[in-house]
Amino acid sequence: MRRRLPALLLVVASAALADTRSFVDQSDLPAEAVRSGSVFLTAETRALQADGFANPGYLWVERGGELFNDGDKVCSSCHQADALAGAAARYPQYDAVAGALLNLEARINLCRQHHQELPPLAYESDELLALTAYVANLSQGRPLTVAVDGDAAPFFEQGRAYYFQRRGQLNLACNQCHDDNWGGKLRGDTISQGQPNAWPAYRLEWQTFGSLHRRIRDCDVGVRAEPHESGSEIYISLELYLAWRARGLAVESPGIRR
Amino acid sequence: MARMATCVFLLFGRLVWASDSLPPLAQVAGSPQQGERIFVEREAGHCVLCHQVQGLDAPFQGNLGPDLTGVGSRLSAAQIRLRVVDASRLNPDTIMPPYYRSAGLEQVATDYRGQTVLSAEQIEHLVAWLATLEQSGG
Repeated sequence: MRRRLPALLLVVASAALADTRSFVDQSDLPAEAVRSGSVFLTAETRALQADGFANPGYLWVERGGELFNDGDKVCSSCHQADALAGAAARYPQYDAVAGALLNLEARINLCRQHHQELPPLAYESDELLALTAYVANLSQGRPLTVAVDGDAAPFFEQGRAYYFQRRGQLNLACNQCHDDNWGGKLRGDTISQGQPNAWPAYRLEWQTFGSLHRRIRDCDVGVRAEPHESGSEIYISLELYLAWRARGLAVESPGIRR
Repeated sequence: MARMATCVFLLFGRLVWASDSLPPLAQVAGSPQQGERIFVEREAGHCVLCHQVQGLDAPFQGNLGPDLTGVGSRLSAAQIRLRVVDASRLNPDTIMPPYYRSAGLEQVATDYRGQTVLSAEQIEHLVAWLATLEQSGG
């Protein structure tokens, strides 16, 4: 008996440990399971997104194009629009000069400050949304491919940890809906995978165009958590994790989402 | 041997102490009528967001949680109560939010800090209604 007990305990202990791991399942969504949010839209909304004349998001893209070519020292004096095709698919990206992880909005604002001597645009302002939409749209159809190694690694880990952290009075982590229950029904709504490839997007619930960070804030508020500021490091880090998780998905911006 | 006994206790203690049920939270007789409203109303429990109950007058019932049709035939009131109060005591990985817990939560919005989703009385009404749901027909 004395001899057998340690072996028995070992079996029990390993079973218990395996059990513990399953309770904190933090496995990433498998690449082959990745689906764009457009899959979860009605056929009508998908058609609206695809229609360049009817999709209201193109109002912001067009305005962004005007801003890109407007002013004393214009964006287009450094950037040829053609050369920016594909750039948005590689954001967020670590910038060594800034020593920070930048998403498209942050990159545009840094450009304004450093190269145009202009003040940064407020997050969620129509101007910043428009410029972001214009630059994102130049990458439409390109697969998301962000770097998460090197200097980006700590941000990636921070963003990933946020994704799997339970929060708010409802005690829910992002993965519980968007990895474990996508396709399920919250009343009449189908839960998507929370993919970022259509953003910035026109959201029907807002009846306007908005940023991915505004959308993430709505999720945080939905689980009754205190949301972070749009443009905060934690949200840009989360955006990096989301972009990596969506790797291979084509950029759709300007998307239309519920 | 004593050390081994301790090991066994540490491994199983949590399971041994975890109970499957919970006594009433408040000295009120739960009202099934109020409980049904709490189950449906968005401003109250809004349980239909994730759960279904056949025959309930609420359109577009969700399906993330188990179908609760006839749940009163499967679980006692005390068992239902525990699952509403904090289902993570039974399954730490559950998606079911805790409806009567305010501690051990992260990043709770200022407006909700220190508060439970439902009051003790609301939980009792809800439990009373769910316990009346019997499996019909067979």
